Amino acid sequence: MAGTAVLGRLSWRVATVTTVVDETPRVRTITLDVPDWPGHVAGQHVDVRLTGEDGYRAERAYSLASAPGEPPMITVERLEDGEVSPYLTRELRLGDAFEVRGPIGGYFVWRPDDGGPLFLAAGGSGVAPMRAILRERRNSMSEVRARLLYSSRTLEDVIYRAELHDEDVVHTLTRAQPPGWTGYARRVDAALLREVAWPAEDGPLAFVCGPTSFVESVAAGLVELGYAPRRIKTERFGGMGER
Amino acid sequence: MEFLDGNAIGGTLYYVFGCEMTVAQAACGHCGARGPLAECEVYLGGPGVVVRCRVCHDVMMVLVEVREIICVDLGGLKGLELLAGANDQSA
Repeated sequence: MAGTAVLGRLSWRVATVTTVVDETPRVRTITLDVPDWPGHVAGQHVDVRLTGEDGYRAERAYSLASAPGEPPMITVERLEDGEVSPYLTRELRLGDAFEVRGPIGGYFVWRPDDGGPLFLAAGGSGVAPMRAILRERRNSMSEVRARLLYSSRTLEDVIYRAELHDEDVVHTLTRAQPPGWTGYARRVDAALLREVAWPAEDGPLAFVCGPTSFVESVAAGLVELGYAPRRIKTERFGGMGER
Repeated sequence: MEFLDGNAIGGTLYYVFGCEMTVAQAACGHCGARGPLAECEVYLGGPGVVVRCRVCHDVMMVLVEVREIICVDLGGLKGLELLAGANDQSA
C-alpha cells in the first residue's frame, strides 16, 4: 500500500502557470500550481512533458528554483533548437497548463541539517537549484556559511541578479564584461577556485551545476584543492537535458 | 557525444524502480567501481538511455521505451545497492 502511495506521488500531473518572470532575454522563471504538490527539498527537479497536437511528446528535466514551502518554480533557458524551451520561454501564457512529475532526486539536495560550509558553483542556468538552496538556507535561518561562484557569459545573462545581490556571490563573466567590471572575466579554473572556494580544511560541502564541461572542470579543480569527492555533488545539463 | 549524469534520469529511474534511485550505489560489472547512480555518465541522444561507468566508461544500464513498454538491461551492473530507508527522507 505504501508503495502505491509513493508511486502515485510521481505520476504525471497537470501544472498551471501562475506567474512568469523574464529574468534575461533568454531565461524565464515560471511558477506552477500543481494540485497536491507534496513539497520538495532544495536541489530537486521536475520532469516537464509537452504533448503536441499529433501526440508527439517531449520531456525535459528542470531544477526547482524555489525553496521548500514555496510553490514549485522552474527557470528555463531558451535553446533555439530545443523541443521544449522555446515553447516555455516564448509562447507560454498565464493560465496555460502542461504536465510535470516530481519532485525528483535525492542526491543533489541540501537540507539545513546537512550543514556546510556551502560552496556553490553554477554555470548559466545551473544557478536555478542554487537559488533554492540559498533561499532554504535563509528561510531556515541556517548559520552555515555559503558562497556562490556564478559563471555567466555576459552581465545581461546573469539570472536572479537582484536577489543574488544580498548573497555572498562571486561572478565571473566569460564572454564580455561591461566597462569598469572589476570581477573575474574568465572561465572557472583551478587558480580561480583557489581564490574563491572555501579552504578544504574547513570540510566544505560543494554543489556544482551547469553544462557538462563546466561541471567537469570545477569538480576536478575542487578535488585538486583537496575537497573530499563525496562532498562534491554534481549535476550536469546540456542540449538533451535542456534548461 | 556529450553526456549528462544520473540526476537527469531520476524521474525515469523512479518510474522503473518505484523509488528514488539517484542515491543508489551502482557497481560496474566491468571495472567494479562503485558510486551513486547520480554520478554515472548518462547518454540521452540515442533511442534510449545509456548509463556508463564514470571510471571505465563501460555500459552499465540501458533503458529503452518501445510502445509504452520500458525494457531495462542491467547486464553491465555487478550490483545495485539502496540504503534501506533512503526513501523515507528523500522526497
